[in-house]
Amino acid sequence: MIKLNNIHKSYEMGNSSLHVLKGIDLQIEQGDFVSIMGSSGSGKSTLLNILGMLDNYDKGTYHLSGNLIANMSEKKSAKLRNEMVGFIFQSFNLISFKNAMENVALPLYYKGIPRKKRNQIALEYLEKMGLKDWANHMPNEMSGGQKQRVAIARALISKPKIILADEPTGALDSATSYEVMDILKDVNDSGITVIIVTHEHDIAAMTNQIIRLKDGLIHEIIRNGELKQFKKDYIHGLEPVQIPSYV
Amino acid sequence: MFDIDKWQEILATIKKNKMRTFLTGFSVAWGIFMLMILLGSGNGLSNGVANNFMNDAVNAMWIWQGETTIPYEGMKSGRQIQFHNQDQEIVQKVSGVGVSSGRYFMGNTRYSYLKESGEYTTITCQPELKEVENLILNEGRFINQIDILKNRKVVVIGTDIKTALFKDSVALGEYVNINMVPFKVVGICAEPGSTRNRNAYMPLSTAQMIFSGSNRLHNLALTIDATTLEESQAIEDQIRNALGRQHKFDPKDEGAIGLYNKLENYIQTMKIFQAIKIFIWIIGIGTLIAGIVGVSNIMLIVVKERTKEIGIRKAIGASPSSVIGLILLESIMITTIAGYIGLVLGTGLMELINYFMLQTVGTAPSQQDSGTIFLNPTVDINIAVYATLLLIVAGAIAGYIPAKRAASIKPIVALRDE
Repeated sequence: MIKLNNIHKSYEMGNSSLHVLKGIDLQIEQGDFVSIMGSSGSGKSTLLNILGMLDNYDKGTYHLSGNLIANMSEKKSAKLRNEMVGFIFQSFNLISFKNAMENVALPLYYKGIPRKKRNQIALEYLEKMGLKDWANHMPNEMSGGQKQRVAIARALISKPKIILADEPTGALDSATSYEVMDILKDVNDSGITVIIVTHEHDIAAMTNQIIRLKDGLIHEIIRNGELKQFKKDYIHGLEPVQIPSYV
Repeated sequence: MFDIDKWQEILATIKKNKMRTFLTGFSVAWGIFMLMILLGSGNGLSNGVANNFMNDAVNAMWIWQGETTIPYEGMKSGRQIQFHNQDQEIVQKVSGVGVSSGRYFMGNTRYSYLKESGEYTTITCQPELKEVENLILNEGRFINQIDILKNRKVVVIGTDIKTALFKDSVALGEYVNINMVPFKVVGICAEPGSTRNRNAYMPLSTAQMIFSGSNRLHNLALTIDATTLEESQAIEDQIRNALGRQHKFDPKDEGAIGLYNKLENYIQTMKIFQAIKIFIWIIGIGTLIAGIVGVSNIMLIVVKERTKEIGIRKAIGASPSSVIGLILLESIMITTIAGYIGLVLGTGLMELINYFMLQTVGTAPSQQDSGTIFLNPTVDINIAVYATLLLIVAGAIAGYIPAKRAASIKPIVALRDE
């Protein structure tokens, strides 16, 4: 479903240029539950943005459902994002002056669905997230976990093929993090590909495949069987200190 | 454009961002409001002064006799010029002269009716004076040609004289004694824009006959057919030449005859008002520019403030054009409504001022000097509408440029914006 071939990306930083991705080859199948790990600056967020067509790449090819994603017009990429991808961000990125229901319904506005209908659908999705009673609350009246669930409902409402989550638990405590991960697991069980970026091992251990990035290259890919070992290693205290959540 | 959903989205955004909406709207409404006030005041001032000139015909001219100051054809200076009836005929023959009336001054004359009496000014004249001085007849008629031909003893009295002598009783057809000679009252008149109507008008021929005026005149009042300063001055020169030949004085002798040209005065005053109007327009345009700058500034900030929101919208599938459309339509809607409010408030205030001024003039006409210099301070609605449109377009352009830029940057960059 997702096929990356020798993807390069660098950012212009004034006079110097920062080479973030140095040739990524990656294949992700429909229904995968993938986490991308790596230290700060390893390029994991950049990779996710390229996957979500939020950012362009300099070199290589990116095929999404057989379509080459390159040099698309903003209009076309916006349409594709609307159809294919749902985003979940670390800082939730809800629109502050819209209530929960309106935030969830927004992708359907860009699909051209009438207001009444899309608000109704939004309520259904909020109900699935257990937030029906919070439909008319503004984002600043909700806790982090609630906001992230609203964001997930918003990502799901357009029935995407892929959910891309950039540090979805980064701003949440452990209990809430696990709740969010349970929801993402359910989403994945319904057949949607879920790709998350995280640097928390316990979060990554809940996915089916871990891609470790190092200095802009794929360092290792841990799959099914090996994942068990990873989980064991994790439990055995490779990372004994629970890293406090980052903002 | 007429997508109800889009408007609902815009309305929801406006409702949730009241402060931003208010600031944008206020700068537009204020600009239009001030423009209305400025232009309205300018118009009011110029209308008021123009109205004051209407007390007499705008093209009126008065000529009076004087003393020569330049020796001419062997005669010394300091010679008294005396007008006679034929001088009026000479002046009347000058091309460009409309109607004319000779006037013989009688000084203060005593008017009495029954037990009431008082001293008033008597102006002896011909029927044409009515036109020169724009006299208003409240009752009866003015002096006519038959009065002149038959030397009738008739008089037209000012409203103050009527009130003083006759109180509430009917004056028309009654006889007043003027310097002990009975005259029949045929009309009651008033001067426009004046509150002192203590003048009485009498046929010239009658006065010359009864009060030993012979064929002497003191003063000529006339109208001229001229629209420009040059034309009126040319007529002035011709009159000086004609009278100069008759009375043998140098046409350049300013002292021999006095001459007051109302048109000249009127044109000069109107020129001053033209200048004031231009000045007001400059201030008005300045106000508009300030409004445009204000709107543009706010739009720039609005777009900057919304960069993250734009990023979110784009991440979930908004096309750049829909983002631009959203911001632009919102800005146009706010500026249009605010401009309209400013328009209504501005014109409303000027109409209110106008209303109260008319009220004041209406209730106390005789006490105060009615020389109001402020009249009908309203603005041409076209100018008001164009000014509003200008602000709307300016706001739209000021919003479009940053909105376009914000919509074209990558969503990830917009999302990072804090």
